[in-house]
Amino acid sequence: MMAVAATVETILVVGGGISGMTAALEAAETGKQVVLVEQRPYLGGRVTQLYKYFPKLCFPTCGLEINQRRTKQNPHLTVLTLAQVTGLTGAVGDYTATIKLAPRYVNERCTACGDCATAVETEFDDEYNYGLSKRKGAYLPYRMAHPARYVLDPAIIGTADAEKAKAACKYDAIDLEMREETLELRCGAVIWATGWQPYDAAKIQPYGYDRFANVITSVEFERLADVNGPTGGKIVRPSDGKEAKKIAFIQCAGSRDRNHLLHCSRICCMASMKQATYVIDAFAEQAEINIYYIDLRSIDRFEDFYTKVRANKNIKFIKSKPSSIVADKDGNPVVHGVDTEGYNRYAEPHDLVVLAVGMEPAVNQNDFPLALKINREGFIEAAPENGGVFAAGCAADALDVNRSAQHATGAALRAIQVINRVARAEV
Amino acid sequence: MGDMSKNYRLNFLKEVEANVEEGEWVKMCMQCGVCSGSCPLGKFWNHPPQEIFMMIRAGKREEVLTSNAMWMCTSCYNCIVRCPRELPITHIMHGLAHYAKRLGLIPQQQPTAKFAQLFWNNLSNKGRVNELKLGVKLYFMNGIGEGFKTSLKMKDIGMGMMKTKRMNPLEIVGGHGLEDIKGFQAMLKKAQELEDQRIATPRP
Repeated sequence: MMAVAATVETILVVGGGISGMTAALEAAETGKQVVLVEQRPYLGGRVTQLYKYFPKLCFPTCGLEINQRRTKQNPHLTVLTLAQVTGLTGAVGDYTATIKLAPRYVNERCTACGDCATAVETEFDDEYNYGLSKRKGAYLPYRMAHPARYVLDPAIIGTADAEKAKAACKYDAIDLEMREETLELRCGAVIWATGWQPYDAAKIQPYGYDRFANVITSVEFERLADVNGPTGGKIVRPSDGKEAKKIAFIQCAGSRDRNHLLHCSRICCMASMKQATYVIDAFAEQAEINIYYIDLRSIDRFEDFYTKVRANKNIKFIKSKPSSIVADKDGNPVVHGVDTEGYNRYAEPHDLVVLAVGMEPAVNQNDFPLALKINREGFIEAAPENGGVFAAGCAADALDVNRSAQHATGAALRAIQVINRVARAEV
Repeated sequence: MGDMSKNYRLNFLKEVEANVEEGEWVKMCMQCGVCSGSCPLGKFWNHPPQEIFMMIRAGKREEVLTSNAMWMCTSCYNCIVRCPRELPITHIMHGLAHYAKRLGLIPQQQPTAKFAQLFWNNLSNKGRVNELKLGVKLYFMNGIGEGFKTSLKMKDIGMGMMKTKRMNPLEIVGGHGLEDIKGFQAMLKKAQELEDQRIATPRP
């Protein structure tokens, strides 16, 4: 049984993405006891699945590495992976959380040598690449995963693959007897950082995400561009592996739409412009990019990036929300619509269409373990009624990484204030 | 500078809001254009809905009210279903058509308007649609020559309908109707009075 020391002076952080990691580290580095709970087998969340950041076009691996090092070095921080908060009771200053720990079947003796992965045979859709590639039943979730420890897929437990993995391990790191555990821990304040998920593109019926192989989402495109991604960074289309040189980006795919998400997801304009630079980098003069938009929302310092992208003559901006996509006989997605600057009807074939899908809260508003004030978009409000529970990052609003980190730092301060009050009362 | 403020008075938008059914929605359009692209007949129109809404806000009264756009709507509801702001676009287009008709601004020889009038005359006469008479009137709407040509073209269908008792040739004389036609006509008269009264009363 796993033992985690926690008191009413502990801060519980739910979610180990960039917001949860930031909040946990900021709080732990002031000397507070922090327990960080993450559902995936590793920390970093969706940021680990990004190829580059906007607007600097630098690599998220850099900042993630710094955060991983801070995590390893901090004696006040306990990280629980494959862990889910299933219950939360109490009030500000004294909560009890119920945490379900799923078995990893790999203990801390793992050196990430990879022999188990070589030994096993069954393959599964790789969730890290949104199913664009396969992974083995024994796997390292991604090359920079922290903890740097392999995971066994629960589906291979009880099969020959599990025994093969165990036999292949030179370090006795595979423990097939691991079982799900439940633990309860006390805490004084909770930082809720469960983040976002891409809106289900199949719900946008006229765009045919579920009908056309060459209509993909922005998060999938990000994996395609990544040199460590499923295609080794080659921008090719799913149907036939042909290089995708002519690409349409469709903005507000789900966002700002009363049939889907009410809010503006804020990141998509910049994300598509960033992804347009991937295409330019790959194909230079041969690249042909059409960005279909309602309004471009690249404000403040992002304006410079927009100006730079706009200056590239291979990137066109078309003010129009496309009405539908159909596939021609060669599998090329054809984008239909009428533009707002001239009301011209168009039917433009592309190699690939990328839907800039909106951000929706990862936790459904009916699934929170205790009553919180949730707004109509499903995000957690900053409300006194929430007591000692503070939302951080995309659990609170659609934010980019930069603003998520800022927001998480603010949430950490709120939690620290609660713990300080509790500590004073106890003296 | 001239009198630039005149361009921004939104007089026509206010007129539409006051007189056109669902007209108060026009200002909510964010010009994304999904309605125009979704219209199956869009390429036959002078102005797609998105453009009509912008023209209303730009005060282009004459152009809007004499446009053929709202007469081309077939009520397929594609635009309503897809509008990200849930504007009742189909209803606004019909509202504009009504208003244009009320002001006598229907484009000359507009076939939808002509047929709508034929249909109404036919229905309001006896309270029942006389399909035979309506069909004949429709065929001869644009003159005798075209009428005979269309009738010949449709003759096989007509014969088939008669054989299967889907059309009664005797309908051409008199035809069926309501029992209390006088009462029905009185009701229509009253409804017209109420409508005239409603139009005459300025909205708050």
